Amino acid sequence: MTTESMIEVDGLTKYYGDFPAVSGLTFSVRKGEILGFLGPNGAGKSTTMRVLTGYMPPSSGTARIAGYDIVGDSLKARQHIGYLPENVPLYTEMTIREYLSFMGKIRGMSNERIVSRTNDVIQICHLEDYRDTLIGKLSKGFRQRTGIAQAVLHEPDVLIMDEPTIGIDPIQIVETRQLIKDLGGEHTLIISTHILPEVSMICERVVIIHEGEIVAEDTPKNLGDRLEGTERLTMEVRGPIKEVTKAIRNVKGVQDVSFANGESGSGLYNIIGKREGDMRVDLAKAVVDNGWGLLRMEAVTLSLEEIFLRLTTAEGS
Amino acid sequence: MTTTLAIMKKELVVYFKSPMAYIVAGVFLALTGVFFIDSVDTMFAVAEIRGLLLRSVFFLLPLIPPLLTMRLLAEEQKLGTLELLLTAPVRDYEVVFGKFIASFIILSGTVLLTLFYVLILSIYSNPDLGPIFSGYVGFLLCGGATLSIGLLASSLSGNQLVAAAVGFGVILLFNVIDQITTIVGGAVAKVLEAVSLTGHFDSFARGVIDTGDVVYYLVVMAFFLFLTIRSLESRRWR
Ligand SMILES: Nc1ncnc2c1ncn2[C@@H]1O[C@H](COP(=O)(O)OP(=O)(O)OP(=O)(O)O)[C@@H](O)[C@H]1O
Ligand SMILES: [Mg+2]
Repeated sequence: MTTESMIEVDGLTKYYGDFPAVSGLTFSVRKGEILGFLGPNGAGKSTTMRVLTGYMPPSSGTARIAGYDIVGDSLKARQHIGYLPENVPLYTEMTIREYLSFMGKIRGMSNERIVSRTNDVIQICHLEDYRDTLIGKLSKGFRQRTGIAQAVLHEPDVLIMDEPTIGIDPIQIVETRQLIKDLGGEHTLIISTHILPEVSMICERVVIIHEGEIVAEDTPKNLGDRLEGTERLTMEVRGPIKEVTKAIRNVKGVQDVSFANGESGSGLYNIIGKREGDMRVDLAKAVVDNGWGLLRMEAVTLSLEEIFLRLTTAEGS
Repeated sequence: MTTTLAIMKKELVVYFKSPMAYIVAGVFLALTGVFFIDSVDTMFAVAEIRGLLLRSVFFLLPLIPPLLTMRLLAEEQKLGTLELLLTAPVRDYEVVFGKFIASFIILSGTVLLTLFYVLILSIYSNPDLGPIFSGYVGFLLCGGATLSIGLLASSLSGNQLVAAAVGFGVILLFNVIDQITTIVGGAVAKVLEAVSLTGHFDSFARGVIDTGDVVYYLVVMAFFLFLTIRSLESRRWR
């Protein structure tokens, strides 16, 4: 951990009763970095965020926001956080402007700063036409933007957003993602999501959690590469299925073969093997040497989605 | 301090935006009006509003304060806005005080509207202003105590109706608890009398501001506000 890290989480554990929703999370986020918090439903993303924002204390473990302990120095830590909770809770009977002004006041901002920042965030979040509309009358997407606007109002060092793009239309999603991306650099962000492409689009680093534990932590690209250490190929071969399967299995580096029917009497073979060495050359050679017809050979790249599935589905062969 | 004021101001605005403030004022004035007219014969003779205040404490304080407080914390829980409020750099007691003061201002405003009856009284008669003043002081103290009970009820669940019902029940119980003193007798009766909300009001209505009674209401208020703060904290530790 460098002195530059804005968020430091060490052994964070949260029990609901005897149920460990989050156990032993350790990670840190550098200043200006955007961290993706990825996990299926019930993984513990929201729980972690609630603990980091001081809504609930951890059962054990510690976390520091901008150097302040979230338990011992809770008030100071909270001063440095902007938070967008899941489902964007807002006061429906207030207008956007009234709401932002209230949020500014309870965060101790001066009146002048509230006025100027309210104008700024209304512009940043494209809420100009709705500043005096009751929040209860806004559409989901505009409520989402209002939620983001209040989170960045006081220019916090750390932004914590729980599923910021859920429930908004595709055009607004693109805009919102861009908005979030632009916030990086100045702010340090943690974004939770289970939308995978979003992570590769927005985040510089990903923490994948499953059943309350970190199962992987890396850049989106490295996560891809890491699994590319194992290579996946699809081969279309004309020849007797049993023998072909056996021959493929005997090639050095091959770990697994599965068969599917191809067109015109050929077979499709899905192969998983080690990246290093000349597996592809050896495979081609094995087919040709046996006098079968090699119709096609293709590398299949693993999407983050598959990595995610692999990391989060239960172990087993 | 600024946080408490901001929360108080926000709640006041919501009171006036929703029909609640007007409903409460309407109900309050209508019922106190009935009490006033009902006691009008005797009143012009002795020129006092003791009957009005006594009956208001007994009938209106179980009803009106829970209506004013039921929304204050229950709705924050239901909407989830409590999560944003408590993750702002705000202390739990600032939230509770801000909301309590807002409800107290609305209740006081409503109660002071009944000064109209005092005005009528002083036009046609010559009321003794001492007991009227002490009566209002007592009423506001007792009102504050009932508001703190209502606020605690509102912190317990996300359901406003539950909050109102619990508040109503508890305050009513506090009001009538000294009715059974003749049955139980002895030390228990003394305790029940000491705890009763209405029991401490009598002397105010008679024109006496007794330090013990003032302290009693302040202690009840502090006790239930303290419980409300703990109740907010408990959801953090649950
Ligand atoms: N207040 C609570 N009391 C008891 N259990 C809870 C509570 N909140 C969450 N849980 C449980 O803790 C686990 C983690 O929940 P959490 O909301 O953190 O998941 P999540 O990763 O945010 O999921 P989602 O993607 O659905 O939002 C779940 O099994 C959930 O049932
Ligand atoms: Mg969640």
